[in-house]
Amino acid sequence: MTADLENKTERARTFVETLPHCQALGMALQSIGQGEAEIAMPYAEKLIGDPDTGVIHGGAVSALMDTCAGAAVMSHPEAGYATATLDLRIDYMRAAKPGATITAHAICYHMTRSVAFVRVSAHDGSSDVPVAAASGAFAVERGSK
Amino acid sequence: MNRRAPEPVQVVKERRDAALSELVARVPYISFMGFEFERRGDELTAVMPYRPDLIGNPALPALHGGALAAFLEVTALISLSWTLVWPKIESGETTGVLPKFPKTIDLTIDYLRSGLPRDAYARAEITRAGRRYASVQVEAWQDNRARPIVQATGHFLMPDGASDT
Repeated sequence: MTADLENKTERARTFVETLPHCQALGMALQSIGQGEAEIAMPYAEKLIGDPDTGVIHGGAVSALMDTCAGAAVMSHPEAGYATATLDLRIDYMRAAKPGATITAHAICYHMTRSVAFVRVSAHDGSSDVPVAAASGAFAVERGSK
Repeated sequence: MNRRAPEPVQVVKERRDAALSELVARVPYISFMGFEFERRGDELTAVMPYRPDLIGNPALPALHGGALAAFLEVTALISLSWTLVWPKIESGETTGVLPKFPKTIDLTIDYLRSGLPRDAYARAEITRAGRRYASVQVEAWQDNRARPIVQATGHFLMPDGASDT
């Protein structure tokens, strides 16, 4: 791995691990590098969206997927120094299993000078069908126009 | 003709506010995030009071995009549920008023400006609420109502017993 790429991976790692909102949701970075990232979010009662079933709120899953997508962008070999979400479309396929850790996996599959394109999926380990899937576009900050 | 005297305004307000707080208090994630709802008649405004743990970019600083996405989704879900609760409380029902929550099918979020480290507000507009599906547009702003920071459109699966509007 080149020094530059190692730098990007490290920056992306710090980005996730020190973000106040990611800490609040209990996110833990599992792997990162080369435009791919995996982040886990353990089940917690404070994240419950439906009190009747104990299922985690979609909003928490959205935050996980947005973070994971951003981390994938930052670890891409052609990444700029920062990124911000432009848009994100999230499909909720099924309810997450209560008690299960949710793991998001993001791939930055294309990067241009100013835009990065990302796909994310979120799994709870109980089925091959993801809990949710998303695709988004991210702004790439390179410091000068 | 014998017309019943209108209920005192305070009684009406208390009944509506009690139903709203009960609806919101059911969701642990809403209290964890600190979201609040204000009511004027049947119109709801959601508030996300600023807290340091909502930050997603400490360098700028800016609110976390995921926190904003959650804020819009919660606003849409509570606003949709509120349309199911409202006719019941207005017709004087007092038990079994709270419906099951609608389920989010998809949500498309458009980030327009970075969120500043201060309070954010949101309102949802229900474009259509059918018996099975609903389409909702929701928008959040901070200091300036005319400068939204994020907007979203979402589709929701309505709980059994929802009626066409």
